[in-house]
Amino acid sequence: MEDLLAARWQMAVSLGFHIIFACIGMVMPFFMATSHYKYLKTKKPLYKDLTKAWSKGVAIFFVTGAVSGTVLSFELGLLWPKFMLHAGPIFGMPFSLEGTAFFIEAIALGFFLYGWTKFNPWFHWFTGVVVGVSGLASGILVVAANGWMNSPAGFDFVDGEYLNIDPIAAMFNDAWFSQSLHMTLAAFAATGFAVAGIHAFLLMKGRNKEFHRSAFLIALAFGAVAAVLQPISGDISAKDIAVRQPAKLAAMEALYETQKSAPLLIGGIPDEETKEVKYAIEIPGALSFLAHGDFEAEVMGLDQIPEENHPPVLITHIAFQIMVGMGMILVALSFLFFFSLWKKKDWQEKRWFLWLFVLATPLGFIAVEAGWTVTEVGRQPWIIYGILKTKDSLTPIPGIAYSFYLFTAVYLSLAAIVTFLLYRQILRIPDSIRENPGFTEEKITPDA
Amino acid sequence: MIYVVIVFLYLSLLLYVLLGGADFGAGILELVTPGRMKNKIRTRTYETIAPIWEANHMWLIIAIVILFVGFPSIYSLLSIHLHIPLLLMLFGIIGRGTAFVFRHYDAVQDDMQRIYNLVFTISSFVTPFFLGLIFGASVGGMIDPEAEDFLGAFIWPWLNWFSISVGVFTVAICGFLAAVYLVGESKNELENDFLVRRSRMFLLATVVTGGLVFLAAELQDVPLIGLLLGEWITLGILFLASVAMVLLWVQLPRAGAMLSRTVAGFVVSAILLAFGYHYFPDMVITSSGQNLSVFNAAAVGKPIETLAWALLIGSVFILPSLGYLIYSFQREE
Repeated sequence: MEDLLAARWQMAVSLGFHIIFACIGMVMPFFMATSHYKYLKTKKPLYKDLTKAWSKGVAIFFVTGAVSGTVLSFELGLLWPKFMLHAGPIFGMPFSLEGTAFFIEAIALGFFLYGWTKFNPWFHWFTGVVVGVSGLASGILVVAANGWMNSPAGFDFVDGEYLNIDPIAAMFNDAWFSQSLHMTLAAFAATGFAVAGIHAFLLMKGRNKEFHRSAFLIALAFGAVAAVLQPISGDISAKDIAVRQPAKLAAMEALYETQKSAPLLIGGIPDEETKEVKYAIEIPGALSFLAHGDFEAEVMGLDQIPEENHPPVLITHIAFQIMVGMGMILVALSFLFFFSLWKKKDWQEKRWFLWLFVLATPLGFIAVEAGWTVTEVGRQPWIIYGILKTKDSLTPIPGIAYSFYLFTAVYLSLAAIVTFLLYRQILRIPDSIRENPGFTEEKITPDA
Repeated sequence: MIYVVIVFLYLSLLLYVLLGGADFGAGILELVTPGRMKNKIRTRTYETIAPIWEANHMWLIIAIVILFVGFPSIYSLLSIHLHIPLLLMLFGIIGRGTAFVFRHYDAVQDDMQRIYNLVFTISSFVTPFFLGLIFGASVGGMIDPEAEDFLGAFIWPWLNWFSISVGVFTVAICGFLAAVYLVGESKNELENDFLVRRSRMFLLATVVTGGLVFLAAELQDVPLIGLLLGEWITLGILFLASVAMVLLWVQLPRAGAMLSRTVAGFVVSAILLAFGYHYFPDMVITSSGQNLSVFNAAAVGKPIETLAWALLIGSVFILPSLGYLIYSFQREE
């Protein structure tokens, strides 16, 4: 495998792995805080059990997210040293603030996980909220840094030199808001539906019904609200990149030719050789409307962009279709959920209803992965859009393929172990949740 | 403002070696503990570091962010030439962190525990070894930015006796910190005796491997001996560290936990301080003699200023809450 491709794959695997844990790590604390709040208000042990059960999951996810995040902070240099040489001082501001937020998150998590019996209950509850808020802040900051790669700001690029650096302006680049908003909602939707799906499955099994129903409702309430807001944020993003990154939008929609009243494609397979799209459903004028708010508006196609600066169209287009498709399914399920809350409470007992949510468990995360594929592949061949190309920032060390294989193997085994651990935790509900998660020497035997 | 950034860089590296190092040391200690004591050490370790270990490792992130924001040419040069040891250190970081949490949060205690323990102990050893090796390689003078061949550019900068000796020395320091720390946590005579013996063993190892570092430096013409000869300040610091080591050796069984921990922390800080002072302001020493220092490699203008403010504001949040966390979980003993 060629070094550039191997490096891009390694980055994709590392980010794709990290993003799942990062999402769960920043969203689950809010579910926990909600259930914890209910416990403090109602004193029902059920909510305490639920908070503790979730907190065990969070401990497992947090450490995996933390180590994979640490790895990423090195990997940026290991794979793209020439990018970091220039970009480091410019887009470093959100990273330095993120360092603080992440540190606070780790400290607050220590208080929360091990402080059940040590502190005033409301202080303890508050530390849980701090975990969530600082996690959320970390996420927004890191996405702002990514936004800078899509929409470079805060410096003057003169004869290959990066002059007049302004880190604050770089942080508040044109893409930071639309991207952070989209990612934050995505994290809530993906995690909410994933957690709700697991509890829906356990509800159908019929044990601990009250426990799983509470869990299902809390997770889905967050997930469904985020999912129905997401299309609005998607619209903001679309209008934004139509102006900033027309090549990305053209690749997402496989729009080879610049045209007025451009159609929106649903599905379809772009052929990068002939520059045609097969098997797509076209909605006339819809792309013009989505991009510029006018059915007649002209949308720039790839023909206006030099060939060497085209992003891979096939991958970007398909990833975009997957993201939107998954998002739409989640919107539909969210409305179903709201309707059931409003009129048909008894539906929530029905197997068909629960099955729908079980099937939706992975959809949000598939959408997150697909969405990042659109952002990152759609920015190619640039690493800093319009300034520096990915291939020009690659490390000179040969044999990146081997480190890519190693990372893939490590992350696959980690994913397997995390799944296995989660499965074991879930099997033990509710037996496991009453024991103190800290300071215990009791060992549980396998056959117990 | 550049001085604020420099202080934070050195401070975060120091705290990572002290706090993160003690965490790694716990795994190293477990590795060299005979079977019957292993479970006890494991439990003590868990009780002691569980609430704070994640925070201890944040110092590395702070240091690396300071490096790539404030000193991008250092970050980029080390990333290129020390790619392989950095990669190995990262695998160590992944293995250690996850195995530590997984072994506690696995709801069933079965044979999987063996795997977690194995990964935990091995990576607790591997990570500080490569961390030390990377420190050694940075100042060892073997990095050749002009090298065209694979070995010269990517292997010899770190695969040499000096870097390896610094790696081994770092492992010894970590074990020493953890052993002394855990003495204060021991629950009975047996554990106490065992941990005192281990503390002395690692203290001895620190001295011996420290000697090896000087020996390796001589072998490879790394001008480290100046640390001992000719610089009164470093000599003075190392003298104080030696006195502290002797006192610690003798008084460890009787001294209170807080006192022996402080002395051990002082010993390690003094050693690092002497090294830091000796090399200051250089961070990377290359074979061509064109060194990268915290002054000549610093980013120009606003990035340093904003970084300094970010660090200052960050520490207003971090330090009090970290202090309260450590205080809260030490109080009950």
